[in-house]
Amino acid sequence: MKVLASVLEFFSGTLRFEKEQRTLGTILPVLFLASFFLTGCSHSEQKADLVIINGAEPGTLDPALVTVQADSRIVRALFEGLTRLDPKTANAIPGLAERWEISPDGIIYTFHLRTNAVWSTGEPITTADVVYSWLRVLDPMTASEYAGQLFFIKNAEDFSSGKLKDAAQVGVKIIDAYTLQVELVSPTPFFADLCAFQTLAVVPRKTIEKYGDRWLMAKPLPTSGPYTLDFWHLLDKIRVRKNSLHWDAANIQNNLVDFLPSESAMTAMNLYDAKQADILWDKNLIPSDLMDVLGQRPDCHRYNYLGTFFMRFNILKKPFDDVRVRKALAMTIDRKRIVERITRSGEEPATHFVPRGMSIYTSPPGYGYDPETAKKLLAEAGYAGGKNFPTFQYLFKAGETDKKIAVELQAMWREQLGIAMEIRQAESKVYYTSLHDMDYDVGRSSWIGDYNDPNTFLDMFMSNNGNNYTGWKNQKYDELVREGNRQLDPKKREKFLQQAETLLIHDDLPITPIYFYSGVLFYRPDEIEGIYFNLLDEHPIFSIKKKNSNRRDTEAQRGSSTLRVSASPR
Amino acid sequence: MYFLRRTLQTLPVLLIVSFIGFVLIRAMPGGPFDSERKPASEDIERNLRAKFHLDEPIWKQYLRYLGLRGGSGGLIKGDLGPSLKYRNHNVNDIIKQCLPVSMTLGVMSFCFAMFTGIPLGCYMALRRGEWGDHLGGFIAMLSFCIPNIVVAPLLILWVSVKLHLLPVALWGSPSQMILPTIVLGLYFSGRIARLMREGLSTTLHSEFVTTARAKGVSESAILWKHAFRLAILPVVSYSGPLLADLLTGSFVVENIFQIPGIGVFFINSIFNRDHTMTVGLVLVYAALLLILNMFVDLSYSLLDRRVRYE
Repeated sequence: MKVLASVLEFFSGTLRFEKEQRTLGTILPVLFLASFFLTGCSHSEQKADLVIINGAEPGTLDPALVTVQADSRIVRALFEGLTRLDPKTANAIPGLAERWEISPDGIIYTFHLRTNAVWSTGEPITTADVVYSWLRVLDPMTASEYAGQLFFIKNAEDFSSGKLKDAAQVGVKIIDAYTLQVELVSPTPFFADLCAFQTLAVVPRKTIEKYGDRWLMAKPLPTSGPYTLDFWHLLDKIRVRKNSLHWDAANIQNNLVDFLPSESAMTAMNLYDAKQADILWDKNLIPSDLMDVLGQRPDCHRYNYLGTFFMRFNILKKPFDDVRVRKALAMTIDRKRIVERITRSGEEPATHFVPRGMSIYTSPPGYGYDPETAKKLLAEAGYAGGKNFPTFQYLFKAGETDKKIAVELQAMWREQLGIAMEIRQAESKVYYTSLHDMDYDVGRSSWIGDYNDPNTFLDMFMSNNGNNYTGWKNQKYDELVREGNRQLDPKKREKFLQQAETLLIHDDLPITPIYFYSGVLFYRPDEIEGIYFNLLDEHPIFSIKKKNSNRRDTEAQRGSSTLRVSASPR
Repeated sequence: MYFLRRTLQTLPVLLIVSFIGFVLIRAMPGGPFDSERKPASEDIERNLRAKFHLDEPIWKQYLRYLGLRGGSGGLIKGDLGPSLKYRNHNVNDIIKQCLPVSMTLGVMSFCFAMFTGIPLGCYMALRRGEWGDHLGGFIAMLSFCIPNIVVAPLLILWVSVKLHLLPVALWGSPSQMILPTIVLGLYFSGRIARLMREGLSTTLHSEFVTTARAKGVSESAILWKHAFRLAILPVVSYSGPLLADLLTGSFVVENIFQIPGIGVFFINSIFNRDHTMTVGLVLVYAALLLILNMFVDLSYSLLDRRVRYE
């Protein structure tokens, strides 16, 4: 009470202030109240049919530039390619192209575009739009990091590097407004899948030429996909709205979808649990420490997808230039222990590089946990019992799970082989640069598949691939992957690729796989339907439906006239 | 005249700040486009660097940034350039969208800190040596010893998750502003309380107060008419940098409450090596700091008649 009395005494005192002090005393409350009400009044927007906690704030929503999976999920809602992903299987199904033919040698693809495919602003989408979009990705001025997804097309790589100036030489030919012929470098069995990849999506030429790098902020923004962009408020919300002119508009299951960017796993989980969001689907936003508890809940869904956690050896450095040392290290990793004790989200131990589950490919076996053989191999290499083995470093990106794995590896190698490993934790950009510059001994790595084909994993260890960075160059491997991809018979192709993978994970071992990622997402099954689990971890927005959302639909229609006002950028 | 000179002095300071920021962020290992996967060919990487002129020598890059070399825009025209991470936005857009949010939160937290800190400080000074002083001191100490990364989750747990009184996160409605305001303001309110206590108890023991008492001036008149305006000076000089700090956002609070402010961008831009964004935000921060310090100096002359600027 005494405190309260003093506070009152103080404030009654302020009334007797002299002029300048009174200003100080009155400015503060005025500022406080003004700021409170100004911001409080500006928000009175319509409720979305579906709220998704998507991941960190997107770096970009430009299909040509997007590199992050969470961002690409929004991009796929806005822009479509010649093919798109089946919501159930994530296989390529007709998108803007209603059908296509492949020449007997597998080199020429002829796509037939839908005549009813239009931009969200009403103009028809033609082959000229497709060619523009693809050449834009290849254009050095666009600086698309994923331009490589188009290098399967004849002359695309040379055009991208600037060696070839004439765009007409690139293997895309307009036959007429709705027929497009694509000439490839060599048979590419997964080319239809690539056409569904966001980099190859069709983008609006006029808008891009008018607005430059900031074209996504244009109003109206013509989109080729099932949704249009209502607004994009940084760190706050991205709202998309059903594109009623889309060729498949009848099958779009919702009208308004909000994507909330989140940087904190705790906040994301709180929002989801407080029912402020319907779906939580970014792996980084799920606290792995709590997976023991969260994993038991009926709204936690886990499934396999194409992602491998592995380790690179720098084979240019001693003693990792000796394959016996690499094998010894690989055989002393108790992968089961790592997935059960540390990651705990349903990951599976990996002994091969290409993840399980692809219908067209089964990986050959690699090495499991075999410390006895490992000890022998290490002795053969001249380091019996770990004697004289130089201390080496394990490089990884700063993060809780990776740190725990590093500590576990350190213990496994010390106990089984008697060798000393130092932990080298690096901030993410430092980690990437060290890895790229081959400034490491053994390095943590991971890879997520872009399309449903073993090539998305195997081609990265070809000698000239920018993502190899192990120092390992094997002509036989290159030849096997190339030869495999030339095969038209899937069985024969599988054989070649299996031989290649055997070289990678059994004979030469420049890398050793640790575990396969598992997809995790949260949604309440009694409220949401239309999410399917597939190997690409892709869940097209248009198929997701909130059960019993009739009431909201009518609300949405009633509110649509007022929405335009509140949708303007702040 | 004095303030005109001060204003003109800020320009070279800002220029130096921009240069140091520009050089330092580039001296860090790793670049804005390093990521788990490299582009499929070296040419793509080269294109990327060329587009943002990262392949040029640093002095050329800086001149370009200032707007003295090639292209339009540049710092001298107020253009902070494109973000290297958020490639559909330029730094000006981002600041325009997010700084007001941080400023709103900052002003509210500032007011919260003042409204709680000053009364508590006065109370402690008036009860110097009594249990009330010790209790107040303990509360003040607690408020700035517990970091907001601890306070925020605890408050969310109790107030939002258990009691369902306030929203767990997000920004927009008044109810969503209460918790972040308290969390952000709490730390500073403790500091202000301590400054106020020191200021007031020193003043109350100074000679002019004794003289006033001897003349028979009432205690409340001594306190409010004479002592308070001098006692608050330490708080005022602290409030300049404090307000600059609060206005430019807090990474922790904005992150935990998912508030679309500039604080998150500030920290992330460094991790992302988003050069232009870091330098742009450092400049905004520096400018605010300089301006607010100028206001602090101005208020000195109003509060303390002995201070005159020429």
